[in-house]
Amino acid sequence: MAKVKKKVKVIKIDTDKCNGCRSCEVICSAFHATDKYSITNPSRARIRLIREPLQDVYLPVYAGEYTPAECMGRDKYIVDGKEYEECAFCRASCPSRDVFKEPDSGLPLKCDMCEDDPEQEEPLCVKWCLSDALTYEEREEEVEEEVLLDEMETGLKSLVDKYGLNNLIDSIARMSQKD
Amino acid sequence: MRYAETGYNLEINLSTGNIEKVETDPELTKMHLGGLGTNARLLWDRVPPETEPFSPDNLLIFGTGLLCGTPAIGANRTIISTYSPQTLFMAFSMMGGFFAPELKYAGYDKVIFSGKSPNLVYIWINNDKVEIRDASHLQGEGAVQTEKLIREELKEPNAQVAAIGLAGENRVYMASIEHGRSSASRLGLGAVMGDKGIKAIAVRGTNDVNVARPVELINFCTDILKYIPERDGNPIPGVMPILAGLGSPKEMLIHDEKWHTENFMWGNARTRIKDYWNRDVEDKWKESQENARKRLISCYNCPMECGAIISVPGIATYMMKCFSKLTYTMAAYSDLDFGFRIAQRATEYGVDGFSMPQVMAFALELYEAGILTDEDFPGMPSDNEERFFWLLDRIVRREGIGDILADGVYWAARRIGKGAEEYDHNTIKKHEQLPLKLSMLNPIYFLMWATGEKINITQIEGNFPQAPFPTREEREEFVKDWVHVPDEKFKEYFLEWELRGENSFPYYPPVDATCEIVDWQETMHYIDDSLGLCAGLSSFPLKPPYHIHNLPILISTAAGIDMDKDKLWEIAKRNRTLLRAINVRRGLRREDDRPPENHWKKRFPELEVQLLDQYYKLKGFNNDGIPTRESLRELDMDYVGEDLEKRGIYNNGESKKES
Repeated sequence: MAKVKKKVKVIKIDTDKCNGCRSCEVICSAFHATDKYSITNPSRARIRLIREPLQDVYLPVYAGEYTPAECMGRDKYIVDGKEYEECAFCRASCPSRDVFKEPDSGLPLKCDMCEDDPEQEEPLCVKWCLSDALTYEEREEEVEEEVLLDEMETGLKSLVDKYGLNNLIDSIARMSQKD
Repeated sequence: MRYAETGYNLEINLSTGNIEKVETDPELTKMHLGGLGTNARLLWDRVPPETEPFSPDNLLIFGTGLLCGTPAIGANRTIISTYSPQTLFMAFSMMGGFFAPELKYAGYDKVIFSGKSPNLVYIWINNDKVEIRDASHLQGEGAVQTEKLIREELKEPNAQVAAIGLAGENRVYMASIEHGRSSASRLGLGAVMGDKGIKAIAVRGTNDVNVARPVELINFCTDILKYIPERDGNPIPGVMPILAGLGSPKEMLIHDEKWHTENFMWGNARTRIKDYWNRDVEDKWKESQENARKRLISCYNCPMECGAIISVPGIATYMMKCFSKLTYTMAAYSDLDFGFRIAQRATEYGVDGFSMPQVMAFALELYEAGILTDEDFPGMPSDNEERFFWLLDRIVRREGIGDILADGVYWAARRIGKGAEEYDHNTIKKHEQLPLKLSMLNPIYFLMWATGEKINITQIEGNFPQAPFPTREEREEFVKDWVHVPDEKFKEYFLEWELRGENSFPYYPPVDATCEIVDWQETMHYIDDSLGLCAGLSSFPLKPPYHIHNLPILISTAAGIDMDKDKLWEIAKRNRTLLRAINVRRGLRREDDRPPENHWKKRFPELEVQLLDQYYKLKGFNNDGIPTRESLRELDMDYVGEDLEKRGIYNNGESKKES
């Protein structure tokens, strides 16, 4: 398969530099408002600061993919003697917790690196982070060219997944006889 | 639609358990903005001046600044107001942190407490759901621990909690309200909270705060974020480290304490130790600070990092900010390591880091002088530092002599008698002040110490340099980018100001200029306190990001209120005047407007009279310090003038001629 170049966007998170100000949450929720910047509401932000001051835990986490189910097990991380709660590093919008969900609808939130209209030169959480806990990098990576399925093929594939190939062939055969 | 504010207050009557969400009048926002301004209005309207601080009729108001919860950088202050049990005047103390924005997101601009709960309770505000919950299991618990326990109990790690410790429960007059790295410490707010039976308030909000002109506002905020590192990266030469940059100030970052340790007084505001700061002390203190400080931390939506997580081996972790780093140290003639250790216990107890150390140093002075004896201190350790821990425990528990000391230096001195009053030498309006005793009268500071309604110098000083710069060249350099001045004349006042000679203290700046300088600095604080902006980005440092010329843009884009410099100045004046009127109604007069007698060695009584006269005139007060009917009318507060007149307040003494 052919190799192609792809732009990879990276937010580097230096938890030691985080001062817990939550400006990242402020600007994220404002930027992603339907009427741009018209509201502020950190519970709509696609970045969350997990913060336990007395344990010196300051951990900004970005929203990733939606997942319909909880994990079977949970992890606990101990880094430099500090215990991070289960799920702390996880990006998923998932049924086990209320982060990364719209507070009204419960719909999942996902970080889009501020590619939303208009696309920003860097994610705004990074721009608003003056302590440099969040920094932005772009790099190019060579990846294998993705085989893009056309729309019909994608739809058929999901039907195959759901009903099995044989059932699907039978159905198509029946439908063609009727015509 | 309401912009920046939610348009609702939460009213909680602790006697009846009644909870109501009440829509507010947008006209009041136009008159007073929010925060301190509307808090004052509520106290004026609803709490008669005869009300005792510990009466169920007294209100305890947690007010958010108008801009809290918007993207405005550093808009995170909660302004808490009530009548002070110590001064008996209006108390307002403020805290940063995360409480005010969270309250806005929960849907409220203020929480207004009335009545008194028979049992210790805590309040849980979760958006529209508000509960009064039993707190008997939290009785005696430390303030910092209480915050943690409540979050765990509610299973809500994102709840923001403000709590009192044992001091508040026991109505100690120095009791603070603690909230993470922040606290509203001054004037006994924690005692009123304890009197009402409230151990803590927890709040969680997930609603939107709207702003009027979003894109313009964000562009404005982005400019502020650009200015902050530029300004901080270019410290002003020749001024002490904490004033060279921005912040409220950055005491947790800075090691160099030469200025404080050599200029502030040690003990009970008693001894100045010149040449204290040497290499050995510096190394030792630096080590103490580096070891104790785990992380520099900020308040909501502010990059300044004025606070820190402090963890000293063997004792629980806590958070600290500002000058409490040195107050215990200097009161006990000890070192920074002691300061960090005792401040942990004091923070859990929830006490004011300015007042408490002085009360303890005062008690030990009385002991040394034989006014208090061994009988008053049964079982007190002989070690100096241990004595401070011992006294702290007694005062917070109101045990023995601690019960008397718990009312602060002024009241304790009068209850003890036997000449103890002589040792009350650093209070203004019955409230302990920063320990400064200086030589030559400073006319600007004279007025600020004398007249500040917060009764705290740091809440009135700020934008004008504290001292002249030695050379003309340095002064010219300073004024070059001084866009912050409300008028060009302030540059002239500064340029002409000399360390020695004719243009130096006490007769320079001239009386008129002095009053204008004080007026400018004070006005900026009143603006911040109504908007909820931290003084550390605005009214406290030199050349801050916010100033009188750009704040109108911030207010109009965020709150949708048509604003310009003159209108804003007038609102600040209205709020300042209303506070004065509230206190006048509770008995404040000219004779109360004075610094401690020994604040300066060289005093100039005639000049001081002129200064006060002119300040009152500029502020629209009569010669007794009472706002005149005319000036109240001009500020659209004729109802205040009417009330003062009805009460016969204009008919006493000098005020007769004026009105």
